[in-house]
Amino acid sequence: MTETTTFVPPSRFAVPGRIAVDTQTATTWQTATLTEIRRETPNAATFRFAVPAWAGHLPGQHLMLRLTAGDGYVAQRHYSIASSPDDSGHIELTLDHVDGGEVSGWFHTVARPGDSVEVRGPLSGFFAWPGDRAALLVGAGSGVVPLMSMLRHHRARSLDVPLRLLVSARSPEELIYAREYGAETTTVFTRAAPDGVPVGRMTAAHVEPLMAEAPPGGWEAYICGSNAFAEHASRLLVTAGQPVDRIRIERFG
Amino acid sequence: MNVTRGFTGRPRVHNAGLPPGQYDAGDDWPVLSAEVTPDLTPADWNLRIDGLVAEPRTWDWEQAHALPASAYEGDIHCVTSWSKFGVRFGGVSLDTFLDAVRPDPSATHAVAYAHTGYSANLPLADLTGGRAWIVWDYDGLPLPAEHGGPARLIVPHLYFWKSTKWIAGIRVLDHDEPGFWERNGYHARGNPWEEQRYSGD
Repeated sequence: MTETTTFVPPSRFAVPGRIAVDTQTATTWQTATLTEIRRETPNAATFRFAVPAWAGHLPGQHLMLRLTAGDGYVAQRHYSIASSPDDSGHIELTLDHVDGGEVSGWFHTVARPGDSVEVRGPLSGFFAWPGDRAALLVGAGSGVVPLMSMLRHHRARSLDVPLRLLVSARSPEELIYAREYGAETTTVFTRAAPDGVPVGRMTAAHVEPLMAEAPPGGWEAYICGSNAFAEHASRLLVTAGQPVDRIRIERFG
Repeated sequence: MNVTRGFTGRPRVHNAGLPPGQYDAGDDWPVLSAEVTPDLTPADWNLRIDGLVAEPRTWDWEQAHALPASAYEGDIHCVTSWSKFGVRFGGVSLDTFLDAVRPDPSATHAVAYAHTGYSANLPLADLTGGRAWIVWDYDGLPLPAEHGGPARLIVPHLYFWKSTKWIAGIRVLDHDEPGFWERNGYHARGNPWEEQRYSGD
């Protein structure tokens, strides 16, 4: 007797459809040469790398990066890719300077153009958006990084599927990519805001107008941020009517 | 070896419990799940074991808690590169559940699936012999929902994505059938000591 039935989830929760990942490129370490460092906020900077053999990625995917010490010690971390797929042989990462962070600490205090690190990827096809469906993007802090790859992709390809971005930051000074947002973006400031702009966490009042303008077929929702933010934002979306099986979450911290 | 200029790493002592490429997360326990955390109460929860077994069976919360208690105390390792030492989970050994349903001698693999729809494949040998548990307590307290509560599978000798949160069932098979993350680029087995992170590792 051979069991061949495909598993059907026993509950109302369902797994979103997958996006194929090239597993060969995901397992090969490549040298990435730092070509440029751009400050984004007092605590975050964008690091641009030349990776000549980069196979391309989908907006939202991440990579694994490793640094090697002289004694052979290796530190590896996952980072979301900030740049859109543009076939230039370059990718960009935007990293927060984490207190006591051994990898982010190296990037923010030691790294300079010409240095090289190793990367493998792109990885995981779950939190990825190829640009085929209307996208509602919700991020906080550096959680906006993979969402920016999606937004840049949308612009670079002049896609006509609707895209909206809801981004939360502590203050305007800490809003990553502040200069790049357009009419598709709603900002929320939790600690300090410009005069006349309310201060406070994301609420139903931010989410409901975006749900109200959902296109036929609805939104594919992508949430990225700290776990506390992801829990909060995903509950807001579900309460506002977004189906749980059309919410993809990337959490950190 | 590609030494990174100016990188020394944080001060460290050799830790024999740390698999290659991992770091010690200390008191942190990062939450890694790609889904909305379900509102699943003990009253909603149940566990089904079926597939290639003599007696498929479903346990509810009370029935599962009536089984002999078993605990895991040791380390866990996440594919995203953190490890956590000396954690304590309480529940029931998976052997107890499997003994009750009696897997067919031809059974070789299993798929563990969650109440959310998430799934992971595992060789049956990784689920037996005192190496896997269904747990509902963490450090003496109920397992938090974001960490898979009310109950999850733990298979601590493999990367932790194999330890299916919100465990709903285990289907016993005579072949390997990739689960959700394995179809999305992750390794079929996930042994931290072999660094089996991604498909092809």
